[in-house]
Amino acid sequence: MSTAATETTPQDDVAVPDDVLVDVRGLKVHFPIKRGVFFDRTVGHVYAVDGMDMQIKRGETYGLVGESGCGKSTFGRALLRLEEPTEGTVLFDGVDVASLKGETLRRKRQDMQMVFQDPLSSLDPRQTVESLLLEGMQAHGLAKDGKAATARLRELLSAVGLPPAALRKYPHEFSGGQRQRIGIARALSVNPQLIVADEPVSALDVSVQAQVVNLLEELQEEFSLTYLVVAHDLAVVRHISDRVGVMYLGALVEEADADDLYAMPLHPYTRALMSAVPVPDPTTEDRRERIILAGDLPSPANPPTGCRFHTRCPWKQEERCDTERPQLRTIELEGVPGTHRVACHFAEQIQRGEIQPHEVDVSFVEQVDAQPDDATPVTVEPGAP
Amino acid sequence: MTATTTRTSRDARTSREPLLQVRDLSVTFRRSGEEPFHAVSGVSFDVQPGQTVGLVGESGCGKSVTSLAIMGLLPKRGNTVTGEAVFEGTDLLKLSPKQMRDRRGRDVAMIFQDPLSSLNPVVPIGRQVTEVMERHQGLSRKEAEPKARELLDKVGIPDPSRRLKEYPHQLSGGMRQRALIAMALACAPRLLIADEPTTALDVTIQAQILTLLKDLVQDSDTALIMITHDLGVVAGLCDEVNVLYGGRIVERADRHDLFARPRHPYTHGLLASIPRLDSARGERLNPVPGSVADNLPWDHACAFAPRCSNAVEACRTTQPELERIEGGVETPRLLRCHNPISEEA
Repeated sequence: MSTAATETTPQDDVAVPDDVLVDVRGLKVHFPIKRGVFFDRTVGHVYAVDGMDMQIKRGETYGLVGESGCGKSTFGRALLRLEEPTEGTVLFDGVDVASLKGETLRRKRQDMQMVFQDPLSSLDPRQTVESLLLEGMQAHGLAKDGKAATARLRELLSAVGLPPAALRKYPHEFSGGQRQRIGIARALSVNPQLIVADEPVSALDVSVQAQVVNLLEELQEEFSLTYLVVAHDLAVVRHISDRVGVMYLGALVEEADADDLYAMPLHPYTRALMSAVPVPDPTTEDRRERIILAGDLPSPANPPTGCRFHTRCPWKQEERCDTERPQLRTIELEGVPGTHRVACHFAEQIQRGEIQPHEVDVSFVEQVDAQPDDATPVTVEPGAP
Repeated sequence: MTATTTRTSRDARTSREPLLQVRDLSVTFRRSGEEPFHAVSGVSFDVQPGQTVGLVGESGCGKSVTSLAIMGLLPKRGNTVTGEAVFEGTDLLKLSPKQMRDRRGRDVAMIFQDPLSSLNPVVPIGRQVTEVMERHQGLSRKEAEPKARELLDKVGIPDPSRRLKEYPHQLSGGMRQRALIAMALACAPRLLIADEPTTALDVTIQAQILTLLKDLVQDSDTALIMITHDLGVVAGLCDEVNVLYGGRIVERADRHDLFARPRHPYTHGLLASIPRLDSARGERLNPVPGSVADNLPWDHACAFAPRCSNAVEACRTTQPELERIEGGVETPRLLRCHNPISEEA
């Protein structure tokens, strides 16, 4: 397996198969950090999304997981051009969304909708449910016929499991779960192909979470939707996704079919993440080997050199890890299918048990994190332990 | 820090004199022109030294109000607290505000969900930690400082000397929660109440904090009341679990019993509605239908009956009592249900 250190070169010559709805190549979203009272001096950048490649197939659910600050939400928003991409292409159904402008972009938005995390703050408190749902339909010329529009509204409400009486109510009159249903109905109202759901259930109580998860699954079947579900809850993501990507500091570190990923996580970060999720079973909890990561996520304004994870990685090696950024690659190991890709130089050796985990000094993690405003990469000596 | 830790089993729990005895605790909120709202009614439980007791439930079940009432942190007006919370022979609920202030932070301490809003933004971390020791142990700031450094080190904050001088906004979420735990531990309290201590944190940070809490309880024989909605957290941490619904305990059991054989339909429903990392994928979730109503009618009915798939006629006419049921070796099992899930299910 060659692991050429080419920094995110989009392979333009690769033909996109027909079943791919979204094709993202080398996407970067950088936010400038401004300083100064009179002059907007740019003193650095937050590398929120830094070289993402992703293909989402028609009709599938792609789950994107990662911790807060890893750039997963920014990526979801950039996909819909709610954030301006700094670099890279987003092909949606063959059209480059990143280059669209004005009216064409607005029209294209009909196909791509979003469901937000906090249903209350994403619904206008002064609009009734009816006008909330009609707004998008009118903007895309779907509500010209009054009678048909009313029928469509009822259809939408029954699809998301709300009574027709809900039309005349305001968002504050509903519970959290019902509000999220309204948010989903609004996304559905314009017949989109792709729905980006950003933490769709994390603000809800457990029993209500399950209701919304089930609803999302039913709607996908009924309207043949494609989902990108962005979430931090690994159990929820595993439950609804066909394929899962794990993100760390602006880029994917691992991608695989949901079952493969959870059966055999290959990247050290994925392993740590999964071992950290509490399981509602005391017997399992008592027996589990838990990988406790040292320290916090480094600042995305000053990402570590080489592998972004090397500062916290218990399997970090003296060579390559801190100098060479690993690319997503397939690995040749028994039981690992070609769809399972991982961005780690030593994935094979770790999996075979040839490299043992070691202690990570917390102060080492802190040291890298200490100067977040410094735009130049900090050079650190290889870990002492 | 990056040790691969294995949980040791903690079955050998000797029953001693309880550290805290909560008896028949009820909290009613009154607003003029509105029906009184019974946030908590008739909640009783014991906490032994070195034991971790979980209060679990969804938002609005009264779990946080219970802890605030024990700590005497509810507003003085607009509510009625009845019952007892006997801590080492003293009923905390009968103490004057001054007497309670002397105990809070010394004997009983609390950790909150959102560390940023429970820290003073304009006071350095070190000062906030030493403050507790100055107040309760009569130490001077000079004497307290090395202790504060020790505490920060103990809770896993790297470079404590530097961190002591920093302000809350300069710390990450996990670090803030550690600082808050350091403050809570400053006077070595015998009872620690943690109200959703990891809900605002990422899973990897959550694992760090939970390991820290677990070690503290084991090493210092501190009693811990863990308030959470996350059944996964409960499964790994709590010895005894109380499930609350509508301000009442509906089921109590040892964690092993509770997760292996939930008897109350609500507990059963909660467990069935969470997707799990260790189960087969693609199984449909079985959520509890509906959502928590605002003022749940426990009079002449079971408040859970409208959402319950097991409900029988009695559930709509008589209030179920919290009764002792079969099973449970160390922790007696309690259940409030007319028609529980059968033991085999």
